[in-house]
Amino acid sequence: MHKIIKYVLHDIFRNRILLAYVVLLSLSSFGLFMMNEDVSKGLSSLLTVLLIVVPLVSILFTTIYFFNSYEFIELLIAQPLKRSNILLGVYCGVGLSLLLAFWIGIGLPVLIFDGTIVGWYFILSGSLLTMVFVSLAFLASVLTRDKARGIGISVLLWFYFTLIFDGILLMMMFAFSDYPLEKLTIFMSCLNPVDLARILVLLKMDISALMGYTGAVFNQFFGSSFGIVLAVLVMLTWVLVPIGIALRIFKGKNL
Amino acid sequence: MRSSFMTFLTLSGLIILHFSLTNKVSAREITVKPGTEINTLQSAMLLAKNGDIIKVSKSTYFIEDLIIDKSISLIGIDFPILDGQKKSNLLIIRAPHVTVKGFIIRNSGFANIKDKAGIRVEKGDGVSILNNRLESTCFGIYLAKVKGGTISGNTILGTNSVIQSGNGIHLWYSNNLRIINNKISGQRDGIYFEFATHCEIVRNVSENNHRYGLHFMFSNNDNYSYNTFRNNGSGVAVMYTKNIIMTDNTFDQNWGGSSYGLLLKDISKSYIAFNKFSRNTSGIYMEGTSEVKTEYNDFLNNGLAVRMLANCEKDTFLLNNFMGNTFDFTTNGTENLNYLQGNYWDKYSGYDLDRDKKGDLPYRPVSLYSQIIEKLPSAVFLLRSFMAELLDKAERALPSMSYVNLYDNEPSMHIIRP
Repeated sequence: MHKIIKYVLHDIFRNRILLAYVVLLSLSSFGLFMMNEDVSKGLSSLLTVLLIVVPLVSILFTTIYFFNSYEFIELLIAQPLKRSNILLGVYCGVGLSLLLAFWIGIGLPVLIFDGTIVGWYFILSGSLLTMVFVSLAFLASVLTRDKARGIGISVLLWFYFTLIFDGILLMMMFAFSDYPLEKLTIFMSCLNPVDLARILVLLKMDISALMGYTGAVFNQFFGSSFGIVLAVLVMLTWVLVPIGIALRIFKGKNL
Repeated sequence: MRSSFMTFLTLSGLIILHFSLTNKVSAREITVKPGTEINTLQSAMLLAKNGDIIKVSKSTYFIEDLIIDKSISLIGIDFPILDGQKKSNLLIIRAPHVTVKGFIIRNSGFANIKDKAGIRVEKGDGVSILNNRLESTCFGIYLAKVKGGTISGNTILGTNSVIQSGNGIHLWYSNNLRIINNKISGQRDGIYFEFATHCEIVRNVSENNHRYGLHFMFSNNDNYSYNTFRNNGSGVAVMYTKNIIMTDNTFDQNWGGSSYGLLLKDISKSYIAFNKFSRNTSGIYMEGTSEVKTEYNDFLNNGLAVRMLANCEKDTFLLNNFMGNTFDFTTNGTENLNYLQGNYWDKYSGYDLDRDKKGDLPYRPVSLYSQIIEKLPSAVFLLRSFMAELLDKAERALPSMSYVNLYDNEPSMHIIRP
């Protein structure tokens, strides 16, 4: 497994796309921090990058990489290796490289410009989000043999988590607006890692003062150490469950 | 005939001379100094007559409820310390034209029913309180029924305790006072006005107070300008008043769940101009205001630049700059009885084909997402999400989605510099 990870890392670092991703992230983070004289303003603009660009690139890059190295995976399967080790090896390799890219591209500038607790939350949320979407990409990839369909499923998943889910949530809120919805929204946010990451960062930023009563309920919940631990655990579940399902499918898959 | 006239002249001359001499003699100087005959303020007060100057040399004097009932000047040399040992008031001024200058006044008492103050002025018309430093007093300077006077150059540092602090400068039923160049922090309200009229508040700094930096109740015809109100519990509140002029002030960093830069409640016929509102949760919060004219202000990086409730009418917003605010305008109604024109909005994305420096399309400052939050408070959950941004983009493409009837018909294309 270590050899597979090493090989995958070696392969990805030769690849220019990851470098382009790092450059894009650093450009946007340095640009946003320098354009806004106010650090928290820069951070709040960077939040959009964190919630949209990072998941999209993570899921697309992983899916494309998986299908591009399909032949390599087939070759490995022919060797006396456990299938789960092969998939986990590739998973760890891709995940590590994307995490590294995120830490260099966004983590480093955030720590340079804003070394406060908000910055650490930002990095934690971004790292978890990266891993969640790498896991989802593996799930999407093992569901089908066709590259185009795999990418299609990935894009759809990204679209669902960044937009469609919130749309449904908003419609639900309208439908049940006569009821107190704060507790329900806390529960609903656990069903979407992107919302969870956003709330975790937002509550630590000044802007949370705008959230009024709803914000107060959220703060009470996610502000406590129990809430934070729970949120991180939920995010980890979002990392583990898709890759777990992907492993099961991959084990019994007829390649 | 002639000689009698001369005698009259000489006599009257002598009389005038006499009066001027006696006046000079009566304006005595009394020096309070430890180790001399007059070593307490109390003994100096007993000796003093109207018009005397009492000079107090540097030392620490313990006083409690010292009543000044003569029109004297109390002047500290090298900042002597008046210590109240946390018992009661320190100075109580009950005579007109008293001056208190150059003291460090500290440790007033605290009581739940009576307001204990560092300097308490009761009907002391024309009082001058200059260049003092008040530390750990419940109320700093407390004026009741005072006509005219100056409070200038004082520094008031409160106890920072939420329960045991009063107001920095407190005016009750007073008029024609000038409050200039004071620095106030750690009090409940920095400056508090109740039934205080025709006063001027200029170049003060009021920060880190628990409640309001400046608080008006039922106080008409006042003006405040060039003040800085920073990081106060809830900002500045102007309530139940009319004819207030607010110019060139800075409202900065009043941030928190129920914080405002400027809270206007039931006020009318007032003028707000050339102020800077930056980094407040709400820049201006307006409730029940009418005929308030707001122009040439800068609203920078606020959460909500202006929140105007539906019971406001005939208010105008002209030539203001709105930049970097999360929401420019919010309101809780659909009908609008106010008027917006010629403001600069950084979120405006229209064009100017006829090059008259005014946008050709009207700007709607109340965004669709903020309208949704108004109807559905829990939708604030989606703050800064892709969904919320998309809603505002959709509104720009289809303005008919918006139902709040509030426009700027001639938005400025450039930042306004008066």
